[in-house]
Amino acid sequence: MESRNDGREALVVGVSMTAFARHEDRAVEELGEEAARAALADAGIDAADVEVAFCGHVFQGITAGQRALSRAGIAGAPVINVENACASGSTAFHQAVAAVRGGSAKIALALGLEKMGRGAIPADPGDVRLSARAGVPLMPGMFAEVFRAHSRRYGTTLEQIAMVSVKNRSHAVANPRAHFRAPITVEDVLRARPVADPLTVLMCCPTSSGAAAAVVVSADVARQRCKPIAVAASVLCSDRPGPGDDPLYMIVDINTRAAARAYQQAGIGPDDLDVIELHDCFAIAEVIHYENLGLCPRGEGGKFAAAGASRIGGKVAVSTSGGLLSKGHPLGATGVAQVVEVVEQLRGESGARQVANARVGLTHCQGFGGAAAVHVLTV
Amino acid sequence: MTPPASTPLPVTDFLKIPEGGEPYLEGQKCKACGAVFLGARGVCSKCGARGQIEAVRLSDRGTLYVYSIVHRSFPGVAVPYVSAVVDLEGGGTVKGNLIGIAPDPAKIRMGMPVRVVFRDALGRKDKEGNSYLSYFFEPA
Ligand SMILES: [Zn+2]
Repeated sequence: MESRNDGREALVVGVSMTAFARHEDRAVEELGEEAARAALADAGIDAADVEVAFCGHVFQGITAGQRALSRAGIAGAPVINVENACASGSTAFHQAVAAVRGGSAKIALALGLEKMGRGAIPADPGDVRLSARAGVPLMPGMFAEVFRAHSRRYGTTLEQIAMVSVKNRSHAVANPRAHFRAPITVEDVLRARPVADPLTVLMCCPTSSGAAAAVVVSADVARQRCKPIAVAASVLCSDRPGPGDDPLYMIVDINTRAAARAYQQAGIGPDDLDVIELHDCFAIAEVIHYENLGLCPRGEGGKFAAAGASRIGGKVAVSTSGGLLSKGHPLGATGVAQVVEVVEQLRGESGARQVANARVGLTHCQGFGGAAAVHVLTV
Repeated sequence: MTPPASTPLPVTDFLKIPEGGEPYLEGQKCKACGAVFLGARGVCSKCGARGQIEAVRLSDRGTLYVYSIVHRSFPGVAVPYVSAVVDLEGGGTVKGNLIGIAPDPAKIRMGMPVRVVFRDALGRKDKEGNSYLSYFFEPA
């Protein structure tokens, strides 16, 4: 069960992230150190006062959190390494919130980090079982089938999802920490190199490296800081066995459950949201998450995107950072970086991509095969 | 080191190779609600019934639900290939490669009839020298 809102209040008082990029010449510990130090400086909190830290990562080896955080001056305090696929960072943040809500810590740190190689995820090419069955572990092929299933059922078009890639890139233009910032057009997206037909490379998130950190504290600690942001909901859901290989099930069921619980916990609904960072690992995923989060009726995510409802200045600003599609997706860092973006938006610190009068924000992250996390943050 | 098996091994648990019989795909059917799944389970994922799941032989006929033409894959895997999701007659939705058709969206039609065929797993062997039998879909 998620930690409940009837415990103590948890607030975010410090955030930071590195730029998301290849970072070929930097160690992952150095990236983690940079994010953690800057988040603590943002909070005005000494590293020695951190009581517990949670570090989300997927492929960084044993105790990567300790390696990074000892460099940032957090030495001796408990560090818990968290793996939940692409939701590892969100899970680390969820645990930091739970520690403060539960009263076991007044100052907790959530860190996410990942250093990724180029191209396809490493796999043993000698494994005949992997290659003889169709792309079971290959995400682009899976999401190409998700697109075709959504298209068959609801009439979603390639042009509509291309508009998501264009919109997120237009947001990334104003985000110096985004991996890809050159403006693109719908034509560019449709004509880009095919990865898994009909998805082109501009409809798929890149592999990036980077780190992000957030400082979560109790109400009495937050009172002495400026602009604390309250955590109104912190929900983590797990997958339940699905009905065979329906491509839509795995991207609808768990996320819809997580969103419903988050709205209930925060006592708000989708119409109350001003800014959202969601798990747009593929352009079609963002469209389906509009529906999962209740921003529009089921099946109308494509139209929602095409109407411009999800861009800055629209009904609700989605993926203001550029999202996974343009900001990049260092697996373990992503969930915490989403919190960084929303906290900065709620503080009014987002510069040229600032959402006017942003007061309520949401982050959503999915780790395939296991976990979905939704957080609601408020001023 | 274990010597390689004398006959091909199945690529997945739900591919059954009876001795002296034809290979087939095995589903798990809920006696309470009729839902068909792949992979063993004690509880029905649709209706939640317990102890109602029985193994059934799945049909080798079905229709193409959705597909993707995969252009980028793991090192050593030939591309492009067609990844498909097929609804089998009588229940069961199965993911696998569609062969015997050009990897061209103009040639592939969603809803087209397909049959399940069993072939050597692309001629590949694992480190122990075992060969594998896989299932594929072909236009019917
Ligand atoms: Zn049932």
